[in-house]
Amino acid sequence: MSDATQTGRSLPDRLTTRAQRIFRSWEALLIVVAIAIFIANAIASPYFLNAWNLSDATFNFTEKAMIAFAMALLIIAGEIDLSVAAIIALASTAMGYAAQFGVDTPGLVLIGLGTGVLCGAFNGALVTKLALPSIVVTIGTMSLFRGISFIVLGDGAYRGYPESFAWFGQGYIWWVFTVEMLIFALLAVVFGVLLHRTNFGRAVYAIGNNPTAALFSGIRVPRVKFILFVLTGLMSGLAAVCLTSRLGSTRPSIGVGLELEVVTMVVLGGINILGGSGTIPGVVIAAFVMGLVTFGLGLLNVPGIVMSIFIGALLIGVIALPRLFVMVRGR
Amino acid sequence: MLRRFALTREAALLAALVALCLLIATRFSGFIAPANLGRVFNDSALLIILTLGQMIVIVTRCIDLSVAANLALCGMVAALLNVAFPGLPVIMIITAVVLLGSLLGAFNGILVWKVGIPPIVVTLGTLTIYRGIIFLISDGAWVNSHEMSAPFKALPRAVFLGLPVLSWCAILCVAGFALMIARTPLGRSFFAVGGNPHAAVYTGINVGRTQFMAFTIAGALAGLTGYLWVSRYAVAYVDIAGGFELDVIAACVIGGISIAGGIGSVFGAVLGALFLGVIKNALPVVDISPFWQMAISGAAIIVAVILNSRSNRPKGRLILRTAGPKT
Repeated sequence: MSDATQTGRSLPDRLTTRAQRIFRSWEALLIVVAIAIFIANAIASPYFLNAWNLSDATFNFTEKAMIAFAMALLIIAGEIDLSVAAIIALASTAMGYAAQFGVDTPGLVLIGLGTGVLCGAFNGALVTKLALPSIVVTIGTMSLFRGISFIVLGDGAYRGYPESFAWFGQGYIWWVFTVEMLIFALLAVVFGVLLHRTNFGRAVYAIGNNPTAALFSGIRVPRVKFILFVLTGLMSGLAAVCLTSRLGSTRPSIGVGLELEVVTMVVLGGINILGGSGTIPGVVIAAFVMGLVTFGLGLLNVPGIVMSIFIGALLIGVIALPRLFVMVRGR
Repeated sequence: MLRRFALTREAALLAALVALCLLIATRFSGFIAPANLGRVFNDSALLIILTLGQMIVIVTRCIDLSVAANLALCGMVAALLNVAFPGLPVIMIITAVVLLGSLLGAFNGILVWKVGIPPIVVTLGTLTIYRGIIFLISDGAWVNSHEMSAPFKALPRAVFLGLPVLSWCAILCVAGFALMIARTPLGRSFFAVGGNPHAAVYTGINVGRTQFMAFTIAGALAGLTGYLWVSRYAVAYVDIAGGFELDVIAACVIGGISIAGGIGSVFGAVLGALFLGVIKNALPVVDISPFWQMAISGAAIIVAVILNSRSNRPKGRLILRTAGPKT
């Protein structure tokens, strides 16, 4: 939308009650969508309502959701990071390289997370210290990070990770509950508290709504943004640990195109791509919606590329429908 | 003042490009032979055409991530049309895919204009949708060289006045764009909308409609490129030009087109595309593994955006501090 059309903003006659707000919220709409998809899946395939199948289905979204939480904060603050999938590739390559020298699991995890932090700090420094637009910077670093993986690996692959390393991506905590699900749940709480219950979270919203006003109200805007980039890098490193552990090998093409799915998840979760609004619970539900769609269609033998049509249509549809509804009703 | 300013930036880029070619020539002198430079230009032609389309989209403060998917879909349609009706004249196929491409672009544009969804979200969605549709219409199968008719494959290679038709397509597009941007109200309105949308509204320009036109033109060029791509490489499958949208945006950024809108030139866009084209063609010649290409173009983007931001910095005294650029 162009800035020019937004100028005439009107105030409502009456403020809504809390119940009305909850029912009309984006999250409520998403929950309805999620339940509808769940029921449709259960009717369409007899294999859907099976604890083990559902557990396997969570791998469709847990790794992406880890990044999506940090990306949500970044987008609320008015920035974006398109290099997350490339950070996964570089972190995974670094871990694979270290594993060749017999580095054990704790060391590998540290290397993976450390690579993510370094990459995030690099993005953050370019955006905040040099005042560059993040979308261009991260398109550049996206090529750079994955390019380094290609230089190191070429058309080869790293295998031979230690046995204990498989725990992150293939381990189970209890019954059907995987390690990745536990990480996902913990991060959902941590990021939810961080965004909705701390000063830092308020600062993120303030920056997204008006960076200049935030600056003059005493928020150190560059520092908050830098921290958010580092956080996104860290989460990408964590996703790299889980993904590498699950796949058991590293190729430079690992996770290609994942950044678009992460952004889709964030936007589907009701985060305004222009910054300033959105919630973590929304992202959590969006993660489930995307996971359910992919898994349900997979059970029906729909190829992955066709699923992407549904994801794309879902992304445009959930944003367009409420706006179209308002446009039609406004006449 | 502004014009002189822009000239120096493009001059700097041109100098960098020449220096790059000379550097390569020290390792392999045949690289700067006219025939080889012609080949490099021909290799970059597809990127140049797409970069022009992306340029006007970015200038109007939008971004089109779906160009490569649009290209691939149009290319697949061209190939399937050719297989289904081998007798169909190539010009008909080109007309069809250009129309299809502009429709796909217009779909992006209408969502941005009428529904008011941010361009990055719209094109992120249509990117996956268009790719998926290719799979649906082709059943995931490849259309190979032997299934295509001879005239279909021959056109981009046909030599006319010493240059292949593919190169001529790029030259015509560049000339057409240069004319449109300098001489038509539409061309000027792209810059007006990108430079200051509020001011554009008060001068009577419909901002949304201008952005819609930019998307439609970019789509039409993607459609044309779709045919050229498929006939040149004589193969069509779901993943052709995968990730190419980022190369296109990279070429724009290197060419000095500001992602914040309002700044850019046809000459800069062409130079940006040529810069990437030269790097891609030079690596095998100077014995560097092609696996270096991605990292080098990534580094080039970052350096270019740093240099551009230096030169775009306002010269006057800073009165009110603001918190970073709006992306």
